[in-house]
Amino acid sequence: MIINKNEIAGILTKLAEEYRVIAPVKKDGLVQYAAIKNGEEACLDYANTKKPGKEILFPQSEELFNYTVSAEGVRMQDNVDKEATIVFGMRPCDVKSLVLLDNVFKNDQYTDVYYLTRRANTLIVGLGCNEPASTCFCTSMACGPFAKEGSDIFLTDLGETYFIEGISDKGKELLAKLGLSAASEEQKAAAAKLQTETKADGSINIEGLAEKLGGMFEHPFWDSLHEKCLGCAACTYLCPTCHCFDIADEAKDCEGCRVRNWDACMFPLFTLHGSGHNPRPGGKARWRQRLMHKFNYFVERYNATACVGCGRCIKNCPVNLDIRQALAEVRALD
Amino acid sequence: MNTTEKIREIAKQLLTDKKVDLVVGFAQGSLPLRSTPYFARTPEQADNLIWSATCENNLANFVRKRSDKVAVIAKGCDVRAMVALIKEGQINKDNLTIIGVPCQGMIDRKQVCEAIGCQEILEATDNGNELILKGKGFEKTLAKEDVMFVSCKTCQYNTPVIFDELIGEALPGKEANYDDIAAFEALSPAERNAYIAKEMSKCIRCYACRQACPMCYCSECFVDCGAPAWIGKGAQRVDDNALFQTVRVLHLAGRCVDCGACERACPMGIKLSLLNRKMVKDVKELYGAEAGVNLTDPPALSTHKFEDKEDFML
Ligand code: SF4
Ligand code: SF4
Ligand code: SF4
Ligand code: SF4
Ligand code: SF4
Repeated sequence: MIINKNEIAGILTKLAEEYRVIAPVKKDGLVQYAAIKNGEEACLDYANTKKPGKEILFPQSEELFNYTVSAEGVRMQDNVDKEATIVFGMRPCDVKSLVLLDNVFKNDQYTDVYYLTRRANTLIVGLGCNEPASTCFCTSMACGPFAKEGSDIFLTDLGETYFIEGISDKGKELLAKLGLSAASEEQKAAAAKLQTETKADGSINIEGLAEKLGGMFEHPFWDSLHEKCLGCAACTYLCPTCHCFDIADEAKDCEGCRVRNWDACMFPLFTLHGSGHNPRPGGKARWRQRLMHKFNYFVERYNATACVGCGRCIKNCPVNLDIRQALAEVRALD
Repeated sequence: MNTTEKIREIAKQLLTDKKVDLVVGFAQGSLPLRSTPYFARTPEQADNLIWSATCENNLANFVRKRSDKVAVIAKGCDVRAMVALIKEGQINKDNLTIIGVPCQGMIDRKQVCEAIGCQEILEATDNGNELILKGKGFEKTLAKEDVMFVSCKTCQYNTPVIFDELIGEALPGKEANYDDIAAFEALSPAERNAYIAKEMSKCIRCYACRQACPMCYCSECFVDCGAPAWIGKGAQRVDDNALFQTVRVLHLAGRCVDCGACERACPMGIKLSLLNRKMVKDVKELYGAEAGVNLTDPPALSTHKFEDKEDFML
């Protein structure tokens, strides 16, 4: 199917009457995901949002439930978000990250009702990247500028128009309701060409990497890797696949709520025990954890790399500690 | 010989003569307009050191609390931080060799981005006064002066205030300039409040500002303390984000060296300099003090003079 770019805003505005529509918008100098009411707000001409797409299903701060304690007893109110949502124009790397996060929030040991309820009620419209940035290496990460995995509907930018494909049943159903016109053979061919030929250049070879890292826990490589790292969480908070969190109670007198906040392995506090002991006492252990979690532990547990090659950690690290170089160094080790 | 070559030569000599165990400086980064902190331990590694208008990080962070003998390639603001840290007992001056570089200012990538409509830069050349930027289908020349960090535009200590060796000629001093802060002060309280709230709404509480700041080194930051919890831990409340910065600024009263490292590190582009420089200006006006400008003045808030203003007391 096909749609003119100038029709998009109108369709989004219409959809926003029925759904919560989330799209990238330009706000305060940053491109970020936000709920919109007016389709004009959506900005589809962007390389990557500042904060990753994970925040839509797994917000940075989320009130899980609130409570009051009174003479009658305890009242609790959970906060599961059930609103039907459409995410419009998410890049393939961010979409893929949600596929990876599904493993974490639903597995044989744990089912996360907050994430999964949102997940079930969210429809994702992916948007292919005609011009991947130089920091993108999604092609090497079982993803790619036109990877459709995880999208319910997928858009390919043909200049004046978007070529639209329904991927999942959910996506096809919505498209049927929109009554769009069919794409010509020429348009189909143009989309197919873009989809097969566009690659992200920043390539990384991860073949055999997980196994190699598996035998490297005590390697002197870790002694120097972290040396310039400041130990902030810019790389982890802005990473679409990093998913660690902390839970805090925020209470005053007899009222309070339990909040889940993003947390990060790059902070010393993350592993600090009540006893005062910290099993990851310095930057060395913390950077090892970050790399190992993404490229070894996650692979062992879920058979996938916990990196989609979006390049956000590379662009946002205050000291330019480039994960591609770290991986290349691992490769080069004997 | 250019600055990079001189840096390499001096670093190599220090390492060859075993006068130091380590030289902390910068190497070429992985992206255009980026350098990266670098740790040279052998004369060969010294060949990776560079100097450019992208050496933005404050290296004082990497020389704090070390027991080895360290040389550091330092610009004016790095040295100010080191001077302040020496006075606070965080750096042992006997183990430190400062190779000072008179600094013309560092380039602010956020301003560059705005100036070129945020197209992706694939190649950048610095020809002294100008930057030539190339990307897919564009080439643009910018005057370096126009895209410098705020802290560099107003920097008065471009030439390190102390050094063991200085590379090149000292630069002429500049007049103090707090126009940006004066403009902020001229706003109504409501306008100031709205501005701060807007900036703080972008904060993701990644603490890159705190981590990049050479003067932020409390062994336990108040935001990390859970019992008592002084502050909400999440980033959703603008007030908590503002409280974090407010306390940070207060902890840095009379200690902030106006290096801008916090603002440079912030991935969300938050204008932190406004708060820090406001405090720098206040301390200067109230106590006639500036942090890290010499080894002799005691830190402003750990001393008392009869002429100090006391109008805030009862
Ligand atoms: S963003 Fe950079 S400095 Fe900050 S924790 Fe990550 S690697 Fe370290
Ligand atoms: S590790 Fe870096 S490149 Fe990989 S997904 Fe995370 S932010 Fe993107
Ligand atoms: S603040 Fe001064 S010394 Fe520091 S980088 Fe800017 S111009 Fe150089
Ligand atoms: S670096 Fe910026 S986003 Fe991160 S905590 Fe500091 S002000 Fe907030
Ligand atoms: S608060 Fe900012 S400007 Fe002041 S010393 Fe710290 S990093 Fe430098």
